[in-house]
Amino acid sequence: MIAEAPRELSQAEVRVLSRREFFVRIAGIGISVSFIGDDLAPRYALAATAPSGPASWHANAWITIDSDDMITIVSPASEMGQGIKTSLPLVVAEEMDADWQKVRVAQAPADAKSYGNPNLGGVQITGGSASTRGYYQPLRLIGAQTRRVILLSAAKSMAVPVEELTTEPSVVVHAKSGRRLTYGQVARTAELPASLAPLTQADLKPPAQWRYIGKDLPRVDIASKVDGSAIFGLDVQPPGLLHGLVLRAPVQGEGPENVDDSNSKAIPGFVATVRLNYGVGVIAESVWAARACREALQVQWSQKARARTYSSTSVLEDYQAIARDLARRGVTFATRGDAQTTAKSAARVITASYTSEHVHHATMEPPNATALVSGDHVEIWAPAQAQTFTQLATAHALQTTPDKVSVNTMLLGGGFGRKGETDFCVDAALLAKAVPGRPVKVMWTREDDVRHGKYRPLAAQFVQVGLDRDGRILSWQHRIVAESIFARFSPPQFEKSGGRDGPVTEGVDLPYDIPHLSAEYVREARGVDVGFWRAVGPGYTKFAVECMLDEIAAATHRDPVQMRIELLKGDPRARRVVSTVAQMADWQRKRQGSALGIAYSDAFGARCAQVAEVSLDRQNGTIRVLRVWCAIDPGVAIQPANIVAQMEGGIIHGVSHSLFEQVHFAQGEVQESNFHDYRVLRMSEIPEVEVKVVAAPENPPGGIGEAGLPPVGPAIANAVAALSGGARLRQLPFTPDRVKAALKL
Amino acid sequence: MTRFVLNGRPTDVAADETTPLLWVLREHLKLTGTKFGCGMALCGACTVHIDGEAVRSCQVHLQDVAGKQVTTIEGLSANADHPLQRAWVTEQVPQCGYCQSGQIMQAAALLRAKPHPSREEIADAMSGNICRCGTYLRILRAIERAARESPS
Repeated sequence: MIAEAPRELSQAEVRVLSRREFFVRIAGIGISVSFIGDDLAPRYALAATAPSGPASWHANAWITIDSDDMITIVSPASEMGQGIKTSLPLVVAEEMDADWQKVRVAQAPADAKSYGNPNLGGVQITGGSASTRGYYQPLRLIGAQTRRVILLSAAKSMAVPVEELTTEPSVVVHAKSGRRLTYGQVARTAELPASLAPLTQADLKPPAQWRYIGKDLPRVDIASKVDGSAIFGLDVQPPGLLHGLVLRAPVQGEGPENVDDSNSKAIPGFVATVRLNYGVGVIAESVWAARACREALQVQWSQKARARTYSSTSVLEDYQAIARDLARRGVTFATRGDAQTTAKSAARVITASYTSEHVHHATMEPPNATALVSGDHVEIWAPAQAQTFTQLATAHALQTTPDKVSVNTMLLGGGFGRKGETDFCVDAALLAKAVPGRPVKVMWTREDDVRHGKYRPLAAQFVQVGLDRDGRILSWQHRIVAESIFARFSPPQFEKSGGRDGPVTEGVDLPYDIPHLSAEYVREARGVDVGFWRAVGPGYTKFAVECMLDEIAAATHRDPVQMRIELLKGDPRARRVVSTVAQMADWQRKRQGSALGIAYSDAFGARCAQVAEVSLDRQNGTIRVLRVWCAIDPGVAIQPANIVAQMEGGIIHGVSHSLFEQVHFAQGEVQESNFHDYRVLRMSEIPEVEVKVVAAPENPPGGIGEAGLPPVGPAIANAVAALSGGARLRQLPFTPDRVKAALKL
Repeated sequence: MTRFVLNGRPTDVAADETTPLLWVLREHLKLTGTKFGCGMALCGACTVHIDGEAVRSCQVHLQDVAGKQVTTIEGLSANADHPLQRAWVTEQVPQCGYCQSGQIMQAAALLRAKPHPSREEIADAMSGNICRCGTYLRILRAIERAARESPS
C-alpha cells in the first residue's frame, strides 16, 4: 500500500472550492495567467493581470497553497481511467517544484473560461485524446510562473536577491545563509508582483531536471478504487434523493402520443410521471420502485420517424455501393498530387472494400446523472466528459442560460466518448424540474444504454491503389461513406471543416511516402445518431489502410514490415516503432499453427505499431489472438507505466471490437440489449500483451487513451491472411460466418 | 424487517423483501462500493460474498439473505489491506475502477477456495467479470501476486 499517495479531495470538499472561495482560501498568492492565441498554434502570454479581448483565454484558479504546505492543484479533465487526474497536476507540480507527497488534486468545476482545452477551441471537454496534448504546455507555464512568484516573494521576505534562491520540492533555499522557507511559509506573506515578465520555453525545466515527468508515480485515484470508496456518478446520494428512469421511444425520433400511467401511480413509492418529447420519465422513492413504475407505463408511440427504415444490413449494402461508385462525389481532402489521373495510368490497380458495423461503448457504469433544480438554477452531478456541452444542453432543455447550470464532474465508470454526450444529463434536469428542491438521479439500465446509444458510425470504405511496374505505390484513393458525428454534435465545427467530419474521417491522411493521395467523405444521413467511440474513425480507417498495405505487400511479394519501413522514410520515429515491434515479435521467425500480422497507426499524435499472433479454428471460424506486441512513441512520456496500461486497455478493447462487437438495427430498433448479445472480451479470451514505450522526451506529448486501438484489427486480419494463405477479412467484426466465408476463397 | 450480518455487524433493513440486495446495499445502507452493471448477472460488477461465496447481488433478493453473512468490498478488510487489495495497488490495476470492487470480491472468493490457482483457473473464475477498460492482464497479475505473497 502506498500510504503517501496524494489523496483526492472528496466531492464535498471540491464543491466548496468554487472559484470565488478558491481565492478566499489562497494564503496570499493569487496567480493570474492568461493565454492568448488561436486554436491550432496557441501562443501563451502570462501576465499579472488578465488582459481582455475576444481572443484571450484566461485561467487563474489552478493552484492553492495552504500555509500548512498542502498544495491543491486543479485537474481540468474528466477522469475515466486514463490517469489524467494524476498526469496533468503532476506537470504543474513539476514546474512549480512542489512536493508531490503534499499535493492534492481537485476536480475542476464547469468553467470553460478557466479550464477549457486550448486545443479544442477552449471548450471544456475530455475527448479526442486531447487533454495531455492541449494542457501540457500551458500547465507547465502555470507551474513555472507560480514558482517564480514564490521565489520573488521569498526574496522579499528574506531580503536577499532572487537570483540567490533555488528550490527543492516545496522549499525555497538560500544556500548562502542556509535559510529555508517552505512554500506554505512563503504563501502566508506572498504577494503577486505588480508585473511579471512573460515566461518562455527557456524558463521551463529541461528534461534532465525532471523529478516527476517520466518517473511513474502511483495514480492518485487507485487507492479509492480498491476499497469501494471512490464516488462515481451513479454513487451520488444527496439528501432527499429521488430516483428516475426514462422509458425512451424504441425508435429514435419517435415520441409518446398517449401515456397511461394509472398503473404506475398505484405502485408504492411512485412520485411523478414526466412526459418528454422523446419518452416518458418516472420518478420514485427508490430505484426498484422506479423500475416497477416504468414497467407499468402504457405508452403509444408515434410512427413517423425516418429511422424506421434503418436496418443495418441494407444500410451497409447501400453504403458499400456508394463507396464503390466513384461518380458519387463527397468532400475531398487530404489531397496531394493527382490520385485520380495517376490511377488511370498505373501499371496495376488494386481495389478493396472494407466495412464496419455500429459498435457500442457499454461503459461499465451506465449513463446517469443527478440534478437539483432550485429556482432558476440547476446543479448537476454526473460522470460527464463534456462540461461545457452539459451546461449548454441543460440550459437549452430548461430554457435558461448556461451560467445557471453548475456541473459537478464525478469519476466516470468508463467514458469512451459516450459520456461526452448530454442526453443523460438532460434527462435528469427535465425530471428534476418536475420536483423542484428535490434531487433526482436518473439511471440508465443496461438495456437503456445498449438500445439508445450513440454508436460509432457504420461505415463502408473503398480503397483504390495504383502501382507502377515495380510494384511501388503511385496513387491511393480512399473513400468513406458514413453518417456524420459533428453535423449533430457540433454543427459549427462541421461547417468549419467544410463538411469533412474530423472524427469520422481521421486516419486517412497517410504518413506514408505515396506521391498521389486523395481521401473523400460521402455523408449519408438516415435518421440515426452516431457518436464518438474509443479511437472513433481510426478504429476503421486504419483497418482499411493497414489491411490494404498488407494486400499490396502480398501482391508484390514484399515483406509487410520492410514495406512499411520504406514507406515511412520521412518519419524516423515511425520507422523506429515499426522496427522495434518487429524485433519484439521476432517477426522473421515462422510459427507452427499460428502466424503474425503487423499494423501501424499515427492517430492522436502518437506513433503506434503492433504485431498480432493468431491461431484459427477453421471449422468453427473462430480466431484466437494469442499475443500482441506493441511499440508506442508518445512523444514525451509523462507517466510511462500509465502509457503501458493505456496500450494494454486499448489492445484488449481492440481485440473485443475486432472479434465480437456489433449493434444491429432492424427497422430502426436496436436488436441487442445487454452483455449476453452485445458480447465483449472476457478474461479467458485475452492475448498476452507486451508493450514497449519508445519515448521521445524532446517532443510534445501525443494522445494515449485511444492510440492503442486502431492497429489491433488490421494486425489480426493480416495475421489471419498470413496463416491462411491469403484469406482476407475485410468486414469488422470478424464473426465466425465471415471468417469461414473468407477461408473458402 | 430483515436481519442479516453485514460486514461483521448485525443489520436490520426495513425494505420490500423482494428488492435486490444490490439496491438495498446501495440505497438503504449507503454502501456504494458494490456497483450496478447489467442487472442480469452478466458482468459481475455487483459481486459480494454471501456466507463466503461470491454472488451477484443483483440477483439476490433481500429476503434471501435473512440470517446470512454478507460481505461487501467495504468489509473485505479492515484497512484496505487484503492481500488482493495490496496487490491491486502494486500492479496499478484499476483504470476507470468501476468494475474493480466486483473483480476483487470474485478474486477473494477464488483465493479462499483455491489459494494457489493456475492461470487457467484464474481466467475461468474471473470470466464472469467484465472490465471494459481492459485491465484483465493486470487483474491476472495481481491475483497471482496475492497468491504468491500469501502464506501457503
